[in-house]
Amino acid sequence: MTNINVTDLENSSKQKKGRLIPILDQIQAKFGYLPEEELRQVSTEYGISLVDIYGVATFYRAFSLKPRGKHLISVCLGTACHVRGGPTIAKEIEQQLNVKAGETTADKEFTFETVNCLGACALGPIVVIDGHYFSSVKVKDVKGIIETAQNGFDKIDSVSDQKVFPIEVSCARCNHSLMDSRHIVDGHAVIKVTISFGNKHGWLVLSSVYGRDKVESQYKIPDEQIVQMFCPHCHSELIGGTTCSECVAPMVPMIVKGGGVVQICSRSGCKGHLLDLGGASIG
Amino acid sequence: MISLNINGLDVSVEEGTTLLEAAKFLGFPIPTLCHMEGLEPYGACRLCVVEIGEGAGAKLVTSCTYPAQEGLKVRTTSKRVAKARKMIIELLLASSPQSKTIQDLAAKYEVKQQRFRQEFEDCILCGLCVRMCEEQMVAKAIGFRGRGQERSIGTPFDKKSDVCRLCGGCMFVCPVCTLRCTYNEPDKAICGACSNISAPCLDKDKFDDMMCYLDPCAACEIEKQPCGKGGK
Ligand code: SF4
Ligand code: SF4
Ligand code: FES
Ligand code: FES
Repeated sequence: MTNINVTDLENSSKQKKGRLIPILDQIQAKFGYLPEEELRQVSTEYGISLVDIYGVATFYRAFSLKPRGKHLISVCLGTACHVRGGPTIAKEIEQQLNVKAGETTADKEFTFETVNCLGACALGPIVVIDGHYFSSVKVKDVKGIIETAQNGFDKIDSVSDQKVFPIEVSCARCNHSLMDSRHIVDGHAVIKVTISFGNKHGWLVLSSVYGRDKVESQYKIPDEQIVQMFCPHCHSELIGGTTCSECVAPMVPMIVKGGGVVQICSRSGCKGHLLDLGGASIG
Repeated sequence: MISLNINGLDVSVEEGTTLLEAAKFLGFPIPTLCHMEGLEPYGACRLCVVEIGEGAGAKLVTSCTYPAQEGLKVRTTSKRVAKARKMIIELLLASSPQSKTIQDLAAKYEVKQQRFRQEFEDCILCGLCVRMCEEQMVAKAIGFRGRGQERSIGTPFDKKSDVCRLCGGCMFVCPVCTLRCTYNEPDKAICGACSNISAPCLDKDKFDDMMCYLDPCAACEIEKQPCGKGGK
């Protein structure tokens, strides 16, 4: 190479960038957005230049530089949801809330945004409010969905809930069943997916009994490790637009047979999960 | 040393040499836009494509980022390369038809048609200015923001940068706004600040895809524009 790069001498700026996302995550969680002064402070404190921070903060949808409302409504305008009528849903929400995509209502109740693919194409059009998936949404459902969010979700939620029952799931992209009846855990066929972390790729099976968290894998997964999960049939990554309420790792959505979406946390050892049965049947 | 074959000529180059450097060494011209000696290759504009491999396995790669490999067969002027290159220039021309650099490229490679809607973009996101600022000026005053359609270049929060060295390097390397510096031909200048035409920030938000990160802006200084945006 002909060039001597001065920045190479400035140690490990790449490593610093790796630490940045968790820091921004925490700020976003604390304030609901990334205030300018906070970012400037991160820059001085961690010695990461402000352009890099700003670049990352504006790159990821999960971060916002503007204050957000109490509830976040995202409408999927990904290819699949687009052809299934996503845009008309988006328009309806804009009308109901009287905001444009990316804006927050005057009363700071709702922020509305459009996103590209929430990882549940087979159930489109998808609307996600505060991490809850609503599937096959129709224009007439919109009002109900917004009201549901305002009144609080009647959800079966995360760590504390004691319910134990078997579920059957399929890939949120191709709708192919993820059940593997050759493998039995807790007395039921398991959910089998392909996983990847670090440079390891292999299979992972999960107990299909909701409330149990038995996991077996080809590899020993270190605690706290975030793993990527893939559908063994269509090979799409099982990833949505939401993060775990316990540990902010990405949630992995899967379709529940009989209607609804279950989301599990992608971090090894974290028990965060969320089950929405019925989905758009509300309203 | 690595031996490879470019346009039928055998050549040995040091390990780590890019195909672009090897071809230059042999005297084969390859057009480039986002490449500049002294800056890290970035591979954004795709203009430097060459064809490697043979038969069904032949493919186009960007020569500015592709390292020379033992026994590689490279063609810099094959039909496929010529066609791809023309298409890339045509697309660049559509996004920034006002750029002298791109106009010259179009003339040189005989791009005679313009089938896409002209956009008059101020920036083709080649990243030259960002690399200049970071690698040579060690300032990191400007950078990429956002992604996809909203990707743009600028200072954080579109505010005057306190680390900018006012070196003008970013404008110097920019293939789209090079015209700004034709101070002796003011009618051709886009910015025209230095020749006292009018401040560009009258129509646009300062620092917002303006590509001119200098503050105070020459135009404001000279004209003492009432806009209040510059001159402080
Ligand atoms: S003028 Fe400022 S922004 Fe432009 S290259 Fe120099 S230091 Fe960077
Ligand atoms: S401002 Fe100019 S140099 Fe910078 S990325 Fe855009 S086109 Fe390239
Ligand atoms: S396109 Fe909407 S979830 Fe994939
Ligand atoms: S010069 Fe190689 S991609 Fe731009």
